[in-house]
Amino acid sequence: MPDTVNGAAFLVLAAMCVGGAIGMIVAKNIVHSAFWVLEASIAVAGLFFLLRADYVALVQILVYAVAVAVLMVFSIMITLRRPEDAVRPRDFSPIAAIVAVGFCAVMFVALRDYHPVATQSAVAWTSDIATFGRLLFAADGWALPFEIASLILTVALVGAVWWTKDGGDE
Amino acid sequence: MRFGIEPFLMLAAVLFSIGLYGALSKKATVQLLLSLELMAMAVNINLVAFARFVTPMTMDGVFFAVFTMVVSAAEVGLGLGLVIAIYRSLKSSEVTSMNELKG
Repeated sequence: MPDTVNGAAFLVLAAMCVGGAIGMIVAKNIVHSAFWVLEASIAVAGLFFLLRADYVALVQILVYAVAVAVLMVFSIMITLRRPEDAVRPRDFSPIAAIVAVGFCAVMFVALRDYHPVATQSAVAWTSDIATFGRLLFAADGWALPFEIASLILTVALVGAVWWTKDGGDE
Repeated sequence: MRFGIEPFLMLAAVLFSIGLYGALSKKATVQLLLSLELMAMAVNINLVAFARFVTPMTMDGVFFAVFTMVVSAAEVGLGLGLVIAIYRSLKSSEVTSMNELKG
């Protein structure tokens, strides 16, 4: 018996995700776009809770729904001086639409006959945070990628500060 | 009503396509970065769904999703830093105004 999740909860969260994404596309105001993406990321966090991936769900809320949203709102505040600057015409791009719809169609055709089966016992899925941490720092685990990830974050932080500081040496 | 992995993969495909459309069509750089974020979230949904339904013991996809989040957080931080730096020199953050390669 393959593992399953609650279908009704999935449908609600999926509708929230897709609705937030479409809201981001059709919103005329950039600030509204940012808040639609915030809504979509909270719905994605809900999907992670539905999949019982608690740690990823919490990180999703912390990183996407809080940190990235604050960054976005701050950059909108800095780069747009008047409220009118945030309003954009809703220009439709046919080429982009063709590429996106084509990609979606290809994915659906590919997914129609794709039914992955579990290679490991499904009853063992206990994604509590303690299990996650044990697997992360196991002897043959993910400790080295974890350290490299911290290096990437440090370099990105230093780079972002370098770029945005007042350029006196250009 | 119970769902397996397939609805998650379809939802991720739809989300990714919407993000792709936004990344190709938006002219405000902040909206472009928001579209990239949507695409990253779609990928994360796939990874976590695979972890839950295919390799529940080792949780490989969960770790991949966490590292994807690290990279996309770094990308958003750098991207917004770049937006502000370009705004400083061009007084505009539109993609269409970024047509000069000289430094």
